[in-house]
Amino acid sequence: MNLVYYFIQQIVNAVSAGSLYAVMAVGLAMVFSILRLINFAYGDQMMVAAYLAAFSLGAGLPLPIAVLVMVIGSVVLGLILERVAYRPLRGAPDVALLLSSFAVGQILENTTLLATRFAGLPIQMSFAAPELLSGVLTFGPITVAKLNVVSLVAGVVILLLLTLFVTRTDLGLSMRASAEDMPAAQLVGINTNRVIATAFGISSALASVAGLLYAAQAGQINPFMGFTPVLKAFIAAVIGGFGSLPGAVLGGYVLGALEVLLTAIPGIGDILPPGMVPPAVQQFLQTYLPGSLSSWRDAFVFIILIVVLIFRPNGILGGRQREEMR
Amino acid sequence: MSLGLRRVLVSVGMIAVFAALIYLLTTYGSSFWQGIAINLGMFLILVVSLNLFNGFTGVFSLGHIGFMGLGAYIAAILTLSLSGKQAYLPHLPGWLAGVSLDQMIGPFALGFLLATLISATLVAVFAFLVGLVLMRLSGQYVAVATLGFLVIVRVTLFNADTFTRGSRTFSNIAAYTDLWWVYGWVIATVYVVWRLKFSAFGRSMFAQREDRWAAQSVGISMMPPRLLAFVVSAFFTAVAGSLYAHFITSMSPNVFYFDLTFRVITMLVLGGLGSVSGSILGTVIIVGLAEGLRRVEDVTLLYGMSNIIIAVILLLLIIFRRQGLLGQRELNLGWLFGKSQSSSNKEKVQP
Repeated sequence: MNLVYYFIQQIVNAVSAGSLYAVMAVGLAMVFSILRLINFAYGDQMMVAAYLAAFSLGAGLPLPIAVLVMVIGSVVLGLILERVAYRPLRGAPDVALLLSSFAVGQILENTTLLATRFAGLPIQMSFAAPELLSGVLTFGPITVAKLNVVSLVAGVVILLLLTLFVTRTDLGLSMRASAEDMPAAQLVGINTNRVIATAFGISSALASVAGLLYAAQAGQINPFMGFTPVLKAFIAAVIGGFGSLPGAVLGGYVLGALEVLLTAIPGIGDILPPGMVPPAVQQFLQTYLPGSLSSWRDAFVFIILIVVLIFRPNGILGGRQREEMR
Repeated sequence: MSLGLRRVLVSVGMIAVFAALIYLLTTYGSSFWQGIAINLGMFLILVVSLNLFNGFTGVFSLGHIGFMGLGAYIAAILTLSLSGKQAYLPHLPGWLAGVSLDQMIGPFALGFLLATLISATLVAVFAFLVGLVLMRLSGQYVAVATLGFLVIVRVTLFNADTFTRGSRTFSNIAAYTDLWWVYGWVIATVYVVWRLKFSAFGRSMFAQREDRWAAQSVGISMMPPRLLAFVVSAFFTAVAGSLYAHFITSMSPNVFYFDLTFRVITMLVLGGLGSVSGSILGTVIIVGLAEGLRRVEDVTLLYGMSNIIIAVILLLLIIFRRQGLLGQRELNLGWLFGKSQSSSNKEKVQP
């Protein structure tokens, strides 16, 4: 019986991890589709949002206000970054944009480091997750962390709202048009500056939500926490089809599932009830899929990225590879 | 005197002057300045060899520091004394546990040279295999794929703890590195990269960088020059890793990660993607700046400030002067050598 609950547990884990990745990946994909910019400072925007949330909650603000502060702060930061660091680089080769986002990321990380030092705070701060996000819910024999449920629900709601925005509103339509063909969009009179600013704003808002959830999950924040999430988000977006928003969502869930698979399957040898599979098979599983495989998880995820980039660079939802001869 | 003789004499003279400088620094310099000079030398090797790939072929790799880490660990494992291996890496497989390249010939650390060469060659072979896979990609995708490579190497170094002690510090490395070794390798690296630049291979690489399709249309295939650049740059990056390990004498996989990558790239972009002398200039400037800023940090307790300033420099460079200080040109030393060399800038017309 344990096996069934184990699977259900893992499925819940996978879907909630997937939701988190999906939200992050959509934020990245939104900016990439229009600007061709892989925003590596995205993880650091998440980090700044997490710090904002930590301070607002620490100052005693109720959760909804803290979230508002966090989202608004993050959007303002994103708009400033776009204006200062990325707008001067319109039309520059892709690698230049990538490098500038790295530089921005470094600046954000070290400024936060300096600021926390200045304020006398430790580098690694513990993050007291608010009531809504901590603790567990029990449904019979299954325990689910409240955080996972909230991630899931928040992810789905956000994605639904985004879909509505992108398909039903003028601004959303303009965004899709700019993503498809920027010069043509300008020709028909779309104000690309406004579109790009909107994309950055939404992307930053998504980053802030992801940052809050990530911080609540980790239980602590530090100035360098954003590096790994942005890499994972990028992998998710590439797997699903970089540049397309549904692709990013799909990639997020696929990545969540893959990660949970890589951590869950190795442990399976131990929890199989005796007699379910012949002892030889159980032995095999226990020897060759030791629980410690999970430490290789990050490496596997990147190997998957490289495989996808080589064989299907446009991801699951992308068409066949079209290379531009520029 | 004939041109050939003059060139040889000038080259020998320059090396002699250089050697004299190093001798003076080793004998009379304080260990503080020696340390800075060694640090500078290691970065020179890193930046010049990375320029060979990123700058010449135009393909941007963010993962070369992974090769440095591999080179460092392999060389360190090879030079670790037998007793050190028993104490430190007790689970090494038999054939490795019995090997220790710590032989000396007088003051010359032969074992160190062997270990560095073996380590760099192994890394170069590995780079060949990795390059076969990754070199088909271009643009941003190869940048991210190589970044992924960096992460994979780091995870591997952490996990292979029978060989690397995992996340624990790998110390007790013999301190073989000194100014002679570092700058000997610096000269070797600069020489190789320089000769490559002004060779047919070099021209193929630059042609690819300009316009990959046009190059292919005149018969310059994509993979051989790229692979060659990748492998050679990996070789020297691994050498730098070995030098690093035997200088700092203790390390962990965390060293060979993103901060180092970022710093090397800043030096590279500052000097100019594609200019060897530019890389040297850029490295000297940033290393000097970083050292100076570190003193300021110590005094004002504003830790992290040097990183911010260097990142701002990179950002300003990318926005306002993407070709860096020298672009693809080189500092013209033609006046020393008599006639202008066959460089990519001007050619003197003989009457």
